[in-house]
Amino acid sequence: MGMTDPLKGFGVTLSKMFKTVLTEEYPEVKKIPAPRFHGKHQLNRHPDGLEKCVGCELCAWACPADAIFVEGGTNTDDERYSPGERYGFDYQINYLRCIGCGLCIEACPTRALTMTNEYETADDNRQNLIYTKEDLLAPLLPGMEQPPHDMRLGDDEQDYYVNGPELARGQGVPAGATVETGDEEAVR
Amino acid sequence: MTVAPASGNDTAQSRPVPEGHVRLTIDGIEVDAPQGELVIRTAERLGIVIPRFCDHPLLDPAGACRQCLVEVEVNGKPMPKPAASCTTAVADGMVVRTQQTSQVADKAQQGVMELLLINHPLDCPICDKGGECPLQNQALKHGRGDSRFVDTKRTFPKPVSISSQILLDRERCVLCQRCTRFSKQIAGDPFIELLERGATQQIGTGEQQPFQSYFSGNTIQICPVGALTSAAYRFRSRPFDLVSTPGVCEHCSSGCSQRTDWRRGKVMRRLAGEDPEVNEEWNCDKGRFAFRYATASDRITRPMVRDADSGELRETSWTEALRKAADGLLNARDSRGVGVLPGGRLTREDAYAYGKFARVALGTNDIDHRARPHSNEELDFLGSSVVGTGPEDGVSYASLEAAPAVLCVAFEPEEESPIVFLRLRKAARDSGTRVFHLGQWDSPGVEKTTHIADSGSPIHSGGLLRCLPGGEAAALYELPSEVEQALGEPGSVLLLGERCSQVSGVYTAAMRLAERTGARIAWIPRRAGERGAVEAGTLPTLLPNGRPVSDSVVRSGIERAWGMSTGSLPSVPGRDIDGILAAAESGELSGLLVGGLDPADLPDPEQARRALRAAGFLVSLELRPTGVTEHADVVLPIAPTVEKSGTFLNWEGRPREFEITIEGTGAVPDCRVLDTLAVEMDVDLFTQTPQAVAAEIRRLGPNPGARPKPPDIPAEPVTEPSGDRALLASWRHLLDNGSMQHDEPNLAGTARPPVARVSHGTARRLGLEPHQPIRVSTERGTIALESEVVEIPDGVVWLPGNSGPAEVNEVLGVGHGAVVGIAAGTAPAPGTTPGQREPGGEELPAVAGNGHTSNGHGPPAHGSNGNGQAGIDGGGA
Repeated sequence: MGMTDPLKGFGVTLSKMFKTVLTEEYPEVKKIPAPRFHGKHQLNRHPDGLEKCVGCELCAWACPADAIFVEGGTNTDDERYSPGERYGFDYQINYLRCIGCGLCIEACPTRALTMTNEYETADDNRQNLIYTKEDLLAPLLPGMEQPPHDMRLGDDEQDYYVNGPELARGQGVPAGATVETGDEEAVR
Repeated sequence: MTVAPASGNDTAQSRPVPEGHVRLTIDGIEVDAPQGELVIRTAERLGIVIPRFCDHPLLDPAGACRQCLVEVEVNGKPMPKPAASCTTAVADGMVVRTQQTSQVADKAQQGVMELLLINHPLDCPICDKGGECPLQNQALKHGRGDSRFVDTKRTFPKPVSISSQILLDRERCVLCQRCTRFSKQIAGDPFIELLERGATQQIGTGEQQPFQSYFSGNTIQICPVGALTSAAYRFRSRPFDLVSTPGVCEHCSSGCSQRTDWRRGKVMRRLAGEDPEVNEEWNCDKGRFAFRYATASDRITRPMVRDADSGELRETSWTEALRKAADGLLNARDSRGVGVLPGGRLTREDAYAYGKFARVALGTNDIDHRARPHSNEELDFLGSSVVGTGPEDGVSYASLEAAPAVLCVAFEPEEESPIVFLRLRKAARDSGTRVFHLGQWDSPGVEKTTHIADSGSPIHSGGLLRCLPGGEAAALYELPSEVEQALGEPGSVLLLGERCSQVSGVYTAAMRLAERTGARIAWIPRRAGERGAVEAGTLPTLLPNGRPVSDSVVRSGIERAWGMSTGSLPSVPGRDIDGILAAAESGELSGLLVGGLDPADLPDPEQARRALRAAGFLVSLELRPTGVTEHADVVLPIAPTVEKSGTFLNWEGRPREFEITIEGTGAVPDCRVLDTLAVEMDVDLFTQTPQAVAAEIRRLGPNPGARPKPPDIPAEPVTEPSGDRALLASWRHLLDNGSMQHDEPNLAGTARPPVARVSHGTARRLGLEPHQPIRVSTERGTIALESEVVEIPDGVVWLPGNSGPAEVNEVLGVGHGAVVGIAAGTAPAPGTTPGQREPGGEELPAVAGNGHTSNGHGPPAHGSNGNGQAGIDGGGA
């Protein structure tokens, strides 16, 4: 060990001071993941707040990790959660099992299920990592109303699927404003 | 799939065509097929699957959907257009080219598929058939990749409920007519029909006439698209998330094989299984839809003992409950004895454990599973003529189909054993069997087995032999010579129903008739467990496999097999169920061990309740609380059919084995509970598992001794009462107030409305207006029910046994053949349900299911889902 060794050490420190810092200040500063990052799921809504999920279980079928459980239910005139006949009565995703592959998103026929960039799915309790419908449903945007309620945009579920956003704009949502939760929300 | 006899092209010329066969070529493969076989089946035997929707092997060919088009060449001349292979019979020298070798056939099939899909909605994600849909599968396999149709699809309002259970979605229908053909040809309930013409052609029901059929669920199963769905299973799950387990129906003695689809510890639906020898591919709506009793919220899951201080039942450990039960039973046995009432719904293995427990642990023959009206004559008949027979040597479904004539004696096939009814109808329709019924009125079941209108020329054969209730025995001695002659033809069959036990002398009369004519006798009980229990020896005079108690040689054989000391098996025949209850009431017996039995089913429910109350010590093995539970000192929970394995013997005596469907629930079968209870009493039964019991039953083998003597009871003459008295005729509807149909409102909505039936003469005598209620009374109570005038002997009133307010045993305390008082009732105020149960006037579960999801939009009864958040197995990751 030579006399200059301590100086060499300080030299390393000194030289690093002028290089890019790799340290992440998590959790004080949260890193923004790539736009297409596969984070926590979200169950989207139509512009009037009705749920897009029809409880078809195709996501559960597509899931290679058997992380999703869905049970359908029947909409009635008094209690309507989605346009059409059927809605997701029970919806659970087990994040202990989910591998974030996104096959469920591809399987979804109504774009009800998308993924957000939210990546903080860790907990100290296994039970808390089974997310239910309440945890997964997208927040209500302005103009949306918490279901159950009647179909506000049209008489038919086709109105919702074919031109839901236009109908919503026709009812007063200004152009440019987000009318339905979905991809744009996921990116944001 | 069986492949047709191999026929290599090189050797084909040298091989002769078998008799009754023709030789044709399908896709270049030479094949011999029996004459008259349809091309689609011959191709199937070769492993060539031709797509189809309307074709069903058990229905007449229709050629409705045109999906199975193939190119056909007969005598070297090609047919001008592709032909439907489901209606084309094979012919000698025919050359068939399916979609696999012919572009013409393939293009034709794609064209048909494109047309079928033009108006089919893109509903698959929300359709109950999605994932198991022939249209979906075949569209992917034989359809075009995209649609060229750009116009607006024809739409209909979404589901129409054609009964409280069946929902019809006309947009999805491809008009294959499987449902209408099933209803007409198989069930005989033509309530569903093709309506309109052209593009608006649709399936529908008549106005004000719902699809009232006990077999309506089969149309859902055979529908090749999702046009017919059930309200009970609506949106409950998808096929790819279900586990399918084969099983056996626990409701009646038909012994249907079935498929149980379940997920996460809960049964989601049941389907008819395939068993050509028993139920073919059908089952009844009760077997299909009534299964939620096993997950009812009031199910007993923990043992309970009666608290000495509070007098209430409290949940406790198995250890304490078994200790208490064993102590109590030992005390009772050593004081004046214990009677055993296992009930008629047990598997053979569980029944055997009850029988062995009674004989070995309790040292008594006081055991009787017949929780219904019964007689000693029946007991002798069972011992002499029923026990030990099977489908090989006795009457079977196949022999019903082949019989030249069948006489149903006090047996209502459609209500009591629906698959027997279907087979009788098939026999009458296809094999010309003449079906006679000895009963009171032309019930729908009688009508449908004697008048068959759907085939080429209407069939009218057999018929109803009217007699007074209770006069069945006498009538059997004086049958019309035409009937006697028909029964004399070899292969004829007599079917005796549960109601026979309420008519004195009818078993004797039936056996005499069988001797006179050579017809064979079959006994068709109503409950699934009765036949197995007879074999297992839960009768006061019978030990396992039909060994008579009174035979000392047979007894010593059983003593050796059961490892008992010589002479320790009780030698005196025991009391029957009435005797046991009477003895318990009077204190001659100091304890009772009761299985699945409801006092309301017994001929005198009040006496039964008094006996249960008076019994010094009462142990109940039950699934859900019954009238027994409130008096029980110890209640031990047992497993429902889906959570245990075992064997039911159906009416033929055919073993119908089934395995556990839902494992790991912790529920234990009766035989295991009794085994452990016996261990607590220092006795070994060796009945820990149903498998062990089944092995023991096999080891015992058939009765080595003589059969007991047949009954010899003279027929009693019945006179027609006059004035305000009438003879009561009564049997149960298939769908009624039964506890195993609990929590099935959609099913209950398809039950037949309870009405009282009288003749014109009786109605006139009482001055009854049409539909005016009639009051039927005994000293005990009165049933008021809407009346209907039918062809029934004068002085007879018919009531359903246990439907709506008509709980005959409970309210009247009498049964079929009894004399009751009749009077005209007051007309009900408009809007009220006709027929109120008078004494007490307590609320009864609605059978009509009015208002509940009858529009098909109601939410499925999710009830206690039981999976909650814990539904996904977090520990498995």
